[in-house]
Amino acid sequence: MLNKIYDWVDERLDITPLWRDIADHEVPEHVNPAHHFSAFVYCFGGLTFFITVIQILSGMFLTMYYVPDIKNAWESVYYLQNEVAFGQIVRGMHHWGASLVIVMMFLHTLRVFFQGAYKKPRELNWVVGVLIFFVMLGLGLTGYLLPWDMKALFATKVTLQIVEAVPLLGPYLKTLMAGSADIVGAQTLTRFFAIHVFFLPAALFGLMAAHFIMLRKQGISGPL
Amino acid sequence: MHRGKGMKFVGDSRVSAERKPFIPKDYSEYPGKTEAFWPNFLLKEWLVGAVFLVGFLVLTAAHQPPLERVADPTDTAYIPLPDWYFLFLYQLLKYSFAAGPYTVVGALVIPGLAFGALMLAPFIDRGPERRPSKRPLATGFMLLAIASVFYLTWESVVQTDWEAKEKMGAISDVEIDKASDGYQIAEANTCLSCHGGELGGASGPSLVGTGLTAEEISDIAVNGQGDMPAGIFKGTDEELQIMSEFIAELE
Repeated sequence: MLNKIYDWVDERLDITPLWRDIADHEVPEHVNPAHHFSAFVYCFGGLTFFITVIQILSGMFLTMYYVPDIKNAWESVYYLQNEVAFGQIVRGMHHWGASLVIVMMFLHTLRVFFQGAYKKPRELNWVVGVLIFFVMLGLGLTGYLLPWDMKALFATKVTLQIVEAVPLLGPYLKTLMAGSADIVGAQTLTRFFAIHVFFLPAALFGLMAAHFIMLRKQGISGPL
Repeated sequence: MHRGKGMKFVGDSRVSAERKPFIPKDYSEYPGKTEAFWPNFLLKEWLVGAVFLVGFLVLTAAHQPPLERVADPTDTAYIPLPDWYFLFLYQLLKYSFAAGPYTVVGALVIPGLAFGALMLAPFIDRGPERRPSKRPLATGFMLLAIASVFYLTWESVVQTDWEAKEKMGAISDVEIDKASDGYQIAEANTCLSCHGGELGGASGPSLVGTGLTAEEISDIAVNGQGDMPAGIFKGTDEELQIMSEFIAELE
């Protein structure tokens, strides 16, 4: 049955080359931990992607309860964590996953750096990878404000002070992020929510697509 | 560059007929055994992923995600601190060469140079060598950067009074005045054995923030409600009045 459906679609859209791009390739020995245990360093990129998927899914479930306004944000998080069945687990996955994704990405970056895997012809993929790193840091920064508790508010105030210290553009950047020149409040929360849930994930998806397309196009780097 | 019509492919594939530079060599040319990604290698990847997921869920179940009390902008005594992976940047801004009039140095110049160099690494480190030992400058600068990040994070953690910080952020429980007459009367009438020493509830419900009036509370204390039998309160009417008002005011 599945084969018939596949054939029906393939007949019309020629999806077999797509399948080949995604799954039909050989994995060389030097990246395979089954042959050399030290090759586990090649797992860090995949694990980063895995946690990113966890973040996306848990984040989607969090938005079912979260309310991005200063009166209800904290209440909704408190309710989610203490009243909703498994709410603590969902929030826990998103909270700890945010830290873990940074750790894994850091390890992946170091692996690629110390192996010199960014060298010609893979320069562009490195640049895209560093941009993904920045987007992830941005997601961590904006997500930190959303529970609207003490540490969230005051960490954001500090961040905005640092942004303000940027010469010339500083005050404008701060107003853009906070929604006001001197109040960190309702506007700030909704802006950070929009950035965290729409703007940065959109950028992340585009960059990750580019990262993986380039990886499949060039193949993984050879042994040292 | 070839576009559109002139493109030629090998047979019916999507592989270009023209050999392009930089296309990696065929895996059959690598030494050792290759393995098909689908399904052999993917199965192993899933096993690694499953083990990882179990560990992750154990962490999640064992440690409740932290939530401090609701944001209060008027509390200026609170010690602000960013999430742990920004601590090194935050710590950098505390040093005199990167603070006050030089904040630009700490907030923009140093991180800008470091992250800029990271992003442009392939264009700075252009040699053909890949081994770390054959790229002393690249390796050296990266080790220096890692050491700095670890040192700054460590310093920041050491310099923070985590106990005081936790206290300031804790979701505040209602302060119960245990010396008050109302509390003493409640204790004397064994209310605490079911409603808890902090009146936050135990086998019985919480008495904090009930939303009931003093009259309603007096009635329950004398006549009972639900699982609570009648006649638990054995004091005078005056004591009943004092205790009920005390409980009604808890929120």
